[in-house]
Amino acid sequence: MKIRLAKKEDVSTPKAVAIRVGAVIIAIAFSGLIILLMGHDPFETFEAMIKGSLGSSYGIRNTITVAVPLLVIGLGLSVAFSMKFWNIGGEGQLVMGAIWGTYAAHQMPDSISPWLALPLVGLASIAGGAFWAVIPGFFRAFSRTNETLFTLMLNYVAIKFTVYLRCELWKDPEAKGFPQIAPLPDSAHLPKLFGIHIGWIVALILVVMVHLFLRYSKLGYEIRVVGESERTAHYAGINVRKVIITGTLISGALVGLAGMLKLTGVSWTLSESIGGGNGFTAVMVAWLAQLQAPVMIITSLLFAVMEQGSMAMEISVGVPASVSKIIEGLILFAALSSDLFIRYRVVAERKSSAACSSDNTSAVIAGNGEGGTK
Amino acid sequence: MSKTNTGSNLRADVPAIDMQGICKAFGQVQANSDICFSVRKGEIHALLGENGSGKSTLMNILSGIYQPDAGSVHVYGQQVFFRSPRDSIKRGIGMIHQHFKLVEHMTALENIIAGTGQGLRLNKKQARIRISEFSEKFDMAVEPDRLVSDMSVGEKQAVEILKVLYRGADILVLDEPTAVLTPQEIRKLFKIMGRMREQGKAVVFISHKLNEVREMSDRITVLHKGRTVATVDTASLSADALIELMVGRKVDLAINRPRVVSDGVCLRVENLTVQDIDGVKKLDEVSFELNHGEILGVAGLAGSGQKELCETIAGLINPSAGSISFHDKNIVGLSPREIISLGISMSFIPEDRLGMGLVASMDIADNIMLKDYAFHKGPMLQRRIARKKADNIVKQLDIQTPGIFHTVSKLSGGNIQKVILGREINLNPKLLITAYAVRGLDINSSHTIYNLLNEQKMKGVAVLYIGEDLDVLLDLCDRVMVMCQGQVTGIADARKISKDQVGLMMTGLTYHETVNSVKTDSMINESEKGAGVR
Repeated sequence: MKIRLAKKEDVSTPKAVAIRVGAVIIAIAFSGLIILLMGHDPFETFEAMIKGSLGSSYGIRNTITVAVPLLVIGLGLSVAFSMKFWNIGGEGQLVMGAIWGTYAAHQMPDSISPWLALPLVGLASIAGGAFWAVIPGFFRAFSRTNETLFTLMLNYVAIKFTVYLRCELWKDPEAKGFPQIAPLPDSAHLPKLFGIHIGWIVALILVVMVHLFLRYSKLGYEIRVVGESERTAHYAGINVRKVIITGTLISGALVGLAGMLKLTGVSWTLSESIGGGNGFTAVMVAWLAQLQAPVMIITSLLFAVMEQGSMAMEISVGVPASVSKIIEGLILFAALSSDLFIRYRVVAERKSSAACSSDNTSAVIAGNGEGGTK
Repeated sequence: MSKTNTGSNLRADVPAIDMQGICKAFGQVQANSDICFSVRKGEIHALLGENGSGKSTLMNILSGIYQPDAGSVHVYGQQVFFRSPRDSIKRGIGMIHQHFKLVEHMTALENIIAGTGQGLRLNKKQARIRISEFSEKFDMAVEPDRLVSDMSVGEKQAVEILKVLYRGADILVLDEPTAVLTPQEIRKLFKIMGRMREQGKAVVFISHKLNEVREMSDRITVLHKGRTVATVDTASLSADALIELMVGRKVDLAINRPRVVSDGVCLRVENLTVQDIDGVKKLDEVSFELNHGEILGVAGLAGSGQKELCETIAGLINPSAGSISFHDKNIVGLSPREIISLGISMSFIPEDRLGMGLVASMDIADNIMLKDYAFHKGPMLQRRIARKKADNIVKQLDIQTPGIFHTVSKLSGGNIQKVILGREINLNPKLLITAYAVRGLDINSSHTIYNLLNEQKMKGVAVLYIGEDLDVLLDLCDRVMVMCQGQVTGIADARKISKDQVGLMMTGLTYHETVNSVKTDSMINESEKGAGVR
């Protein structure tokens, strides 16, 4: 008996969702096995994780606080991903947004009202993130440079630049020699609603906006056409370079705004660790949601639960918090491989070993009924 | 069967291929249902049918790519179960595909022997001897040491055929072998096929061109909607009767060519030159005029500059010299969108149909608005307009689809082409450029497209029709422009020029040269026939 892959016909959306959710469950089950091998009770561990993240109003508040930047970055990345611009420079764009935001906050007079200060800091962060994303966008548009490596490397440039700012240029003279950047003035602190900084409202508004933008706006349509085929876009009269540059600007702007939310809502001071790997985790947030903005609310919460819960897990069960990174990795792995099962089905048959080639996408191989049953 | 039969006689009686009761389903679609197909040794057997009639599925079963759900395949009387193309090749079945599967950067010899070697070393010397034997036997002129990339389409095809013969095939399947050849090359191919028949090979010939089928084949099997309609002797049926079998009803084969009084020049192209990155001239001083209410056909071998001509007019390529005037306004240097808004529409159907012109993963409605969404008011898309248009186009052109929200990549080839053409016509263009609009379409769908183009012409639209089938070009178009290696070798009245003349012009002769050469060419044919008898 041989096993081969056969192309599936149409897969209904609920079925595809079920396969993806199943993949996530399998990944979690598998990580339970790893926890078991480490000598801990996986059920106890997961329980601690859930309790730590969702078991108390304090935990829930913290989880949502973690989810907000993930969601906003994910939205930003999804714009770039829709045009097949593989922006994995979210971390750097976030840091750059925070740098510009910090600069703006420190330039303002002490007497300024927060209602004026916060939007200005936000604009500065948006500009910073957009600037950092449009550099690789520009090179991709005009000289077809590989954006994956370019955006990745710019992460480290932005992070190391922050170290330089912290140790040299912006070193706080009042910190008694300790290399740190002066904390933000009070006017640049985000107010809270229900105990969570108002970034969550911003994030929800952005979900609606990004969804409408990609689905129903001309520019969003152009972005999707460019993502599918630059040749077709060119033929349809779309200015491909302009779309790539605008698309990367929007993508970076959203990520930069996430930097502002972290800066003014959580850390209140700039350091190179302000991103905390969110720029990379958000890639998974966007991808697991298949670039669907509303679904990203769920996926960003999922990763936030793991991140928040991992601390509780370490404290109460003694499992190292970094285990959550293993789970994240397994989920990504499972999500990517679930694509295979959405597009193909595994067919076991007695005789055939032939690889199936089909002359067009609609010609698909149905399961070989006899082969399967025997 | 009597005992006195000798072995060879027995072999002659047993069909080379005998497929009985073949069934094959793809999901809901029954591609083959109870098909019977039998080919004798030493005959050319044509397989006819519309798109989707099950020809390719049947041939893919024969070549081991698919396994049938039911039915049996016998080769020379022995039942076979092909699990892969390799099994089928071992039993002497050779497929010559429409798109050649050759390595461009290798010589003919290397291509032919690739994958046949037993040991580590290639025995090129011996291979060379065998290849020259085959070339002589089948009257093929193949230079073993020439690079495939330097060859013409006809020569590449010869290499492909030799490759199959070299592997010991005595059952050959030729899938639309004439689609890309000039009339002269087709004649050469037919001679090779004739030789195969003489040598006792069984040849399966798939073609949409009825006159070729009637000229070359001994018997014809007609498929319709996955079933065998009939197997007949070619001589016993008229072309009309054949079509009726194929389509299931009477079809008027004649292509209309209404006469339209032109109201002036629409497009004037002068000394248009286009170079690629390496400085090679893809268009070389091309000049022509295109009138309103006229269909100007463009004939030429694949890669003679047709694609570049279309793309330059549509503003996708910048010419290095020359001018393109649309209503006396030079449009060189305008952006594609500005050209679209002037009323110039291009529908270019590339070989893979989806490469340019459609967004494969989007639905029909989203694809219909590809050209005019930019003219919607405001920053948002006006989807309601696009949906209404898509509904109309689907209805008008009878596009077979579950709905306008169906992904275009899941449509069949003919329907994909209708979506593109429908969208372009819906823009109410003043100039319509269409390239390979009927590529791979069956007679019925092709005629729908010809009628659409004629309608446009009667509305006064100037149509530039880039085609492959010379018969159609000469029947549909008012004038025909022939291109060869980026140059225009001549523009002639389609009502007056002959197919052979166009064929010769496609290889670089001018119109006046062809007038003499057609005469001598037919004389050569006569003398060759004489030699064949000897």
